[in-house]
Amino acid sequence: MVERRLNIVKRAVQEIEDGMNVNLGIGMPTLVANEIPEDFNVLLQSENGLLGIGPYPIKGHEDADLINAGKETITTVSGSSFFDSAESFAMIRGGHIDLAILGGMEVAENGDLANWMIPGKVIKGMGGAMDLVVGAKRVVVIMDHVNKHGESKVKKTCTLPLTGQSVVNRLITDLAVFDFTNEGMVLVEVFPGVTVEEVIEKTEASFTIVPNLMMQ
Amino acid sequence: MNKVFHSFSEAISDIQDGQTIIVGGFGLCGIPEKSIEALHNRGTKNLTIVSNNCGTDHSGLGQLLVTKQIKKMIASYVGENKIFEQQFLNGELEVELCPQGTLAERIRAGGAGIPGFYTATGVGTPIAEGKETKEFNDKTFLLEEAIVGDFALVKAWKADTLGNLVYRKTARNFNPLAAMAGKITIVEVEEIVEAGELSADEIHTPGIFVQRILLGTDYEKRIERLTVAEA
Repeated sequence: MVERRLNIVKRAVQEIEDGMNVNLGIGMPTLVANEIPEDFNVLLQSENGLLGIGPYPIKGHEDADLINAGKETITTVSGSSFFDSAESFAMIRGGHIDLAILGGMEVAENGDLANWMIPGKVIKGMGGAMDLVVGAKRVVVIMDHVNKHGESKVKKTCTLPLTGQSVVNRLITDLAVFDFTNEGMVLVEVFPGVTVEEVIEKTEASFTIVPNLMMQ
Repeated sequence: MNKVFHSFSEAISDIQDGQTIIVGGFGLCGIPEKSIEALHNRGTKNLTIVSNNCGTDHSGLGQLLVTKQIKKMIASYVGENKIFEQQFLNGELEVELCPQGTLAERIRAGGAGIPGFYTATGVGTPIAEGKETKEFNDKTFLLEEAIVGDFALVKAWKADTLGNLVYRKTARNFNPLAAMAGKITIVEVEEIVEAGELSADEIHTPGIFVQRILLGTDYEKRIERLTVAEA
């Protein structure tokens, strides 16, 4: 994994507190699981119907009836439970999941998130993302700050179809961390070696800077 | 009433062209492999299929795409399938994308006699277009309608002869919901036991929801993404 992404993952894991029930999205968010401190009692939820995801199985011990939402073979931890998809989304929609960490394509300054569809490209579908963003108690998005063309993915308004409206609580990119508050979007941390000027330059969205900005 | 059938082709023989079929499974996990294969062999056309995914190119529901048996697909994620893409782009296949939790609840509601429900999921997104909204406690919710299937195809682990079902691990997923929402629910299992052999406490789906039971053999249970721990 490139260092940039490893930094995002290592910062994202700090969002997880001991005792939480957490849903990690497909892709980069899944990698956060590897960084959770071993002495934490955290249950990871998989929206296909499992609370308590364990590590990948040892070769030869994989079970086709035991997969995560990314369709990967997994194991369970002690204390895990299985349930059907309606019960799974009752957990999600009903506000029982403490934290969802999801990937993003665009985040806007009002906390809008787009992460499921690019018009003109092949349709894939939203899966469980739209339910997670409205239902989880706290939504953290992790993504690169700019796209491969160098354009800011942190927007004034999203140009892509939305996954949810004003749903993001915190955004972690490879440059900085932002919070979304009633007073708007706030820069709360910048990564080592990154200047506030660089963050401003690479961010299309308007934001304020927290008074005691943490320079990591 | 004897619910146990011995032939998949017989069990699905009254599924008609143009009907709506709810199919259990998540990806290729917990899919009713044998019933899908029988439907493929029978060649029933113009089907509306309700299922979280549409299989992969040649597995699961993907088999029904190859033979162009699906007219409309209602699903939450259809990303693993080239034939699907092609048929959608050609206009041969109608697609209704539905958030996964909303899809699960629409099917559950269909089985539970609830014609619709409100959810915050999808508010302010393309999913909300054309849908009625209502405010509860100053928050906006969308009206979503229930789904009932002419048939439901379900995979469980074990059944007794009354149709009481037990699922295994994450192969449960949409199956209990599909079982409730089919006017006729056809279930395939890996083991059938006599009524009374399953403990009443362990039953996930009561047999009242199940009309037909079949024993499947030689399950392929394909794994989409084999991931193992590094040694």
